[in-house]
Amino acid sequence: MELKEKIVSSYLAFENDIDINSDIHDIRTEAFHNFEKLGFPTKKLEAWKYTSLNSVLKNDYSIFPNKENAIQFSDVKKYFIHDIDTYKIVFIDGKYSSFLSDTTHDGKDVCLMSSALSNSKYKAVIENYFNKIAKQDNLTSLNTAFANEGAYIYIPKNVEVEKPIQIINFTTGSEAATMVQPRNLIVVEENAHVQIIERHQSLTDNPVFSNVVTEIFSAKNSTVDLYKIQNDKDNASLVDNTYVEQKTNSVVSVHTFSFGGNITRNNLNFYQRGEHIDSILKGITIIEGKQHVDHHTLVHHIEPNCESHQDYKGIYDERSTGVFNGKVIVDKEAQKTNAYQKNNNVLLSDKATINAKPQLEIFADDVKCSHGCTIGQLDEEALFYMQQRGIPAKEGKALLMYAFANTVLESVKIPEVKSRINKLIAKKLGVNLGFDL
Amino acid sequence: MLKINNLHASIDDKSILKGLGLEVNAGEVHAIMGPNGAGKSTLANIIAGKEDYEVTQGNIELNGEDISELAPEERAHNGVFLSFQYPVEIPGVSVTNFIKTAINETRKAKGLEDMPAKEMLKMIREKSELLEIDRKFLSRSLNEGFSGGEKKRNEIFQMAMLEPKLAILDETDSGLDIDALRIVANGVNKLKSKDNAVIVITHYQRLLDYIVPDFVHVLYDGKIVKSGDASLALELEAKGYDWIKQELV
Repeated sequence: MELKEKIVSSYLAFENDIDINSDIHDIRTEAFHNFEKLGFPTKKLEAWKYTSLNSVLKNDYSIFPNKENAIQFSDVKKYFIHDIDTYKIVFIDGKYSSFLSDTTHDGKDVCLMSSALSNSKYKAVIENYFNKIAKQDNLTSLNTAFANEGAYIYIPKNVEVEKPIQIINFTTGSEAATMVQPRNLIVVEENAHVQIIERHQSLTDNPVFSNVVTEIFSAKNSTVDLYKIQNDKDNASLVDNTYVEQKTNSVVSVHTFSFGGNITRNNLNFYQRGEHIDSILKGITIIEGKQHVDHHTLVHHIEPNCESHQDYKGIYDERSTGVFNGKVIVDKEAQKTNAYQKNNNVLLSDKATINAKPQLEIFADDVKCSHGCTIGQLDEEALFYMQQRGIPAKEGKALLMYAFANTVLESVKIPEVKSRINKLIAKKLGVNLGFDL
Repeated sequence: MLKINNLHASIDDKSILKGLGLEVNAGEVHAIMGPNGAGKSTLANIIAGKEDYEVTQGNIELNGEDISELAPEERAHNGVFLSFQYPVEIPGVSVTNFIKTAINETRKAKGLEDMPAKEMLKMIREKSELLEIDRKFLSRSLNEGFSGGEKKRNEIFQMAMLEPKLAILDETDSGLDIDALRIVANGVNKLKSKDNAVIVITHYQRLLDYIVPDFVHVLYDGKIVKSGDASLALELEAKGYDWIKQELV
């Protein structure tokens, strides 16, 4: 049976497990019909021209892994940022793991979507925010149809969360192939501040398909920093749909570090509903083999006097492929917008490919919008220079790549995350440099 | 120290060096002069091991060992230093981090531990004072936005840090004003010893007023066609290269 049919025919079983007498379920049902109509995206869709899910969809996934699988912390410690204290919301095969998690309701809610959906205490927030900015496209609809579990984060007015929050989704491979659809909701009220680290991690070589939707609402004067660490196994594919709505004077940054996985598709969407907003979208992609990473970004400047900064760096080796599609829309009312987009790519092999496409749609006349895109090889002259000073070719290449990616790391605010990313890059490049850049 | 025997080299099938011989002993300063296109920079790059060139005949020996097949970093570990005519800009890597990496990679190749941080700092301080380099300069990205003079001073600073056996200065005087030239030359002179050797590649006699050579060679059409002492440089300055070309006919 094809995956779509399998999913469609399992909806009744899903409904048996959840409360269907709620407003949320009306949203789910509508999304379900939408997915039923649309199906999975194909390369015929402009937005999916360079990313084919065919190889991902052919697996016979277990759609709702229902087993409670336990894992030992010591086995997965390395996937956590473990050298600092953090809140943790951890899922194993889509099920909440209270054992690995560290949640709170003390002055803020760092907990589970399933309990937020079923507890009347959260009704108002859910009604106001759930599925309010998520698109009605194929895969977001699919996620919405089955939305039940994920992270629920609510930060009230004036609360500065004292430590970062980690959201980690493990898949154990207890099934031959596993599909999970985490649904996260993050609401940050006025003048509040939160830092979040998100990771999807398969623990075996069995195929995994994660279709994630995250909605983030950043109220007036709030700050949200989100770090996505994508360094999954070769058989794990991820479609990450993230939607961010910002209000006046808010600053939201999303850093995406893509070093692994099979097919990784990031749909990152920002909507600026207020003035003096700053949106920061950054990414480093370092892949090889047959890995594929696709960044589709959208920044919609709706009101005047806002800024957006995009800086994506990519290093592609062997037969890996990359896509960068950066869309910036500046509405007629959004005068004095300052939108900046940069996408630099290095191809280390003749067989590697990058498809880069900046898309600027500007309807206002008093704006500053810039974009720059480069595709090149590693600078051989620079490499010879380093070798001449005694730095071996391998280390020299790594140093050049480090330097190339460095502008993205500069804005990482959690030192432990920065040093982890540095280590991941060093490991990826097979070297150990004596310093962090 | 350095012995080049009947060296033939080409790039993209274009023959550039055509039977070049040169012997440099420890404690000596050699100047290599010659008109544009004679093969001076090619020679420097080939000694340093640049892979664009193909050595078709002959070899290069360093302290009795044939280094013709060694990678550039291996030659560097053996004590070869090339001060580039056009030092490469490497954004994102500071001068300090770069030289630390270079020194520790060289030590690693020799089976030594990393240089202790305190010792490294002391050395950086001493050598940067020698080249009259400002502290702030050391935290800037390597060569990025440096003036011509700053780039060359930075090259000699790195030479001072790495303490090579054989230093090749490729057109180190180009792009230098007279003050920078004096600082750079003074630095080189202070680093000179009976155990190391310097090859100065230059168009002009000017630098040789400050770094006085023991031998001067004229490189023309891929070969050394004339050798002499420091007075040869003065003669070339006065008469140009044409008389040498005519002598050859």
